[in-house]
Amino acid sequence: MGYLPNIFFVIVLVVGIGYFARNVKKLIRNIKLGQKVDVSDNKPQRWKNMINIALGQGKMVRRPIAGILHIIVYLGFIIINIEVLEIIIDGVLGTHRIFSVLGLFYGVLIASFEILAVLVLVAVIVFWIRRNIIKLRRFWSLEMTSWPKQDANYILYFEMVLMCLFLVMNATDVMFQEAGSGNLISQHIAAWFSGLPESTLHIIERSAWWLHIIGILVFLNYLYFSKHLHILLAFPNTYYGKLAPKGQFNNLEAVTKEVKMMMDPNVDPFAAPENGEEEDMPAKFGASDVQDLSWVQLLSAYTCTECGRCTSECPANLTGKKLSPRKIMMDTRDRLEEVGKNIDANNGEFKDDGKQLLGDYISTEELWACTTCNACVEACPVSIDPLSIILEMRRYLVMEQSAAPIELNNMMTNIENNGAPWPYNQMDRLKWKDE
Amino acid sequence: MSETLKVPTMAECMAEGRQPEILFWVGSAGSYDDRAKKITKAFVKILNKANVDFAVLGTEESCTGDVAKRAGNEFLFQMQAVSNIEVLNAYEVKNIVTACPHSYNTLKNEYPQLGGHYQVQHHTQFINKLIKTGRLKVKAENALKGKRITFHDPCYLGRANNVYEAPRELLKTLGVELVEMKRNRQTALCCGAGGAQMFKEPEKGDKDVNVLRTEDALETQPGIIATGCPYCNTMMTDGVKAKEKETEIAVLDVAELIADAQEA
Repeated sequence: MGYLPNIFFVIVLVVGIGYFARNVKKLIRNIKLGQKVDVSDNKPQRWKNMINIALGQGKMVRRPIAGILHIIVYLGFIIINIEVLEIIIDGVLGTHRIFSVLGLFYGVLIASFEILAVLVLVAVIVFWIRRNIIKLRRFWSLEMTSWPKQDANYILYFEMVLMCLFLVMNATDVMFQEAGSGNLISQHIAAWFSGLPESTLHIIERSAWWLHIIGILVFLNYLYFSKHLHILLAFPNTYYGKLAPKGQFNNLEAVTKEVKMMMDPNVDPFAAPENGEEEDMPAKFGASDVQDLSWVQLLSAYTCTECGRCTSECPANLTGKKLSPRKIMMDTRDRLEEVGKNIDANNGEFKDDGKQLLGDYISTEELWACTTCNACVEACPVSIDPLSIILEMRRYLVMEQSAAPIELNNMMTNIENNGAPWPYNQMDRLKWKDE
Repeated sequence: MSETLKVPTMAECMAEGRQPEILFWVGSAGSYDDRAKKITKAFVKILNKANVDFAVLGTEESCTGDVAKRAGNEFLFQMQAVSNIEVLNAYEVKNIVTACPHSYNTLKNEYPQLGGHYQVQHHTQFINKLIKTGRLKVKAENALKGKRITFHDPCYLGRANNVYEAPRELLKTLGVELVEMKRNRQTALCCGAGGAQMFKEPEKGDKDVNVLRTEDALETQPGIIATGCPYCNTMMTDGVKAKEKETEIAVLDVAELIADAQEA
């Protein structure tokens, strides 16, 4: 009977981590639905970007208040996780505070956890106030209703509760308090519980301990269903993020082949394609659904944590247009999830559901409002490129559907006819010098 | 214009059997748009003044395809790119300077993959070098000295290619009082023309982007709004008009300011 808690703990741990692993597999499968793209180049620069932007939070501090608060929460979570390691070992072996053999160092460690826990608590409360009382504009855009809004608050509540449980756990741990090492903050909380019999304290301590670890496992599994995946995906996303200058848009290779063929007088347009050549052509130009996007773009969609820095700097959004780069990422993710569920329900095969990203999620009005100014790309703290998705969808509209706005069709006809976006005679191109 | 401009073409240079130091890529706006043509001429004046051995493609130049690409028409873009590259490579062009950040970005970043490898500079970078190497002198006493000027970063020069300082350094050599807008450099607001917006009506909203950007500029109470892009120039000029400030505030290209300071 004495081993019952240990067995129960192991079961909880295995179920918690197992379910998470299952969802991670699903996540990877969904991301792999995207088109292949070569991102094997320039590894040193990629590592550097990951270290600076994700690990070092380099872009977060561009907005100092949110940035510094975020760094506190980020550090808090990473460092306090050392405590989770102890909890797991204790839980499995039935020991109590196994790391306390470290002596003085243990005290220093726990004291720093306690300080961080309080700082995290304060930061999270400030986050909540910014969202719900101050109502910062970027948290109250059109796409931030219902689930996205609740999701953000749930995460904050989770973090508040976890930090409180950690402090209460320490405060009601009679042995730990008596040892008097590392209880920098919790000794003050312990005073609130003074007068309670030791057995009651023990029950509170055990409850806080169990709730803390179960809470962490629940939170781990909550990630997949929320915007909070960025705590994991920010790392690969900054690694695979764009390295070229922001103004450089990719050249479609399939188009290059066609154009070179058209320009080459030696090519026989009626010649039968060589073996394998047909398969090189993409099914379509541009993107109308998530499977047409690259896997890096799909990874980005899962990475987005809906902070809205992109949207708050978007010139179209700032002037009341429908376009919101954040919504582009959220729509891509939501559609990808829908496609993933479709595949799950149909034995691993996607069954046409009559829906797609274009039209059912993202409207043409949004796509045509973009000025391609890269403000959203510059603003993103985790190297997401919403502009690249907008461009792929414009490509589909123009090259597959000839569905550009009429003025743009005129502009393109002019370029075809006279090599300028306006209807002027090519032969007049140098007239300015004599005017 | 009183003095005539010397504008040799690549074809003429080739006939004379010589290779000019640089090719000046004029761009469609610089060739046809009435306002942008003035910027083109101002830049040529500077080139003439500094005795730069340059040439233009003239009637052999065609749209870079930037605007088609950003509108989603990759076919048209690559058709333009490939035929331009053919011309440029036939003339063995190595160095290109352009006064249009859109041409700059496309030539520099999107042509190499299609076989066009050139050293491309924005005109503000090139003029800056002319001054630094002593090929162009700017009079210390000029009409612009002490004038309050704000600089609007073109997206395709700034964020797209990280060129923020060249135009600012130029303005500083004129001894002007350079005042920054709240949103500047990396966080500069677009003028509203990029991504093919120049050629279409904006989507429904509560304000035009160029008006919002002009408000940014007006906050600095400038005498002149300087920029380095023909499209930005149009948008900011329209914005100033919408705010009925056109009698007090001029919108000018950095090249025009330098050229004016030459004359004064």
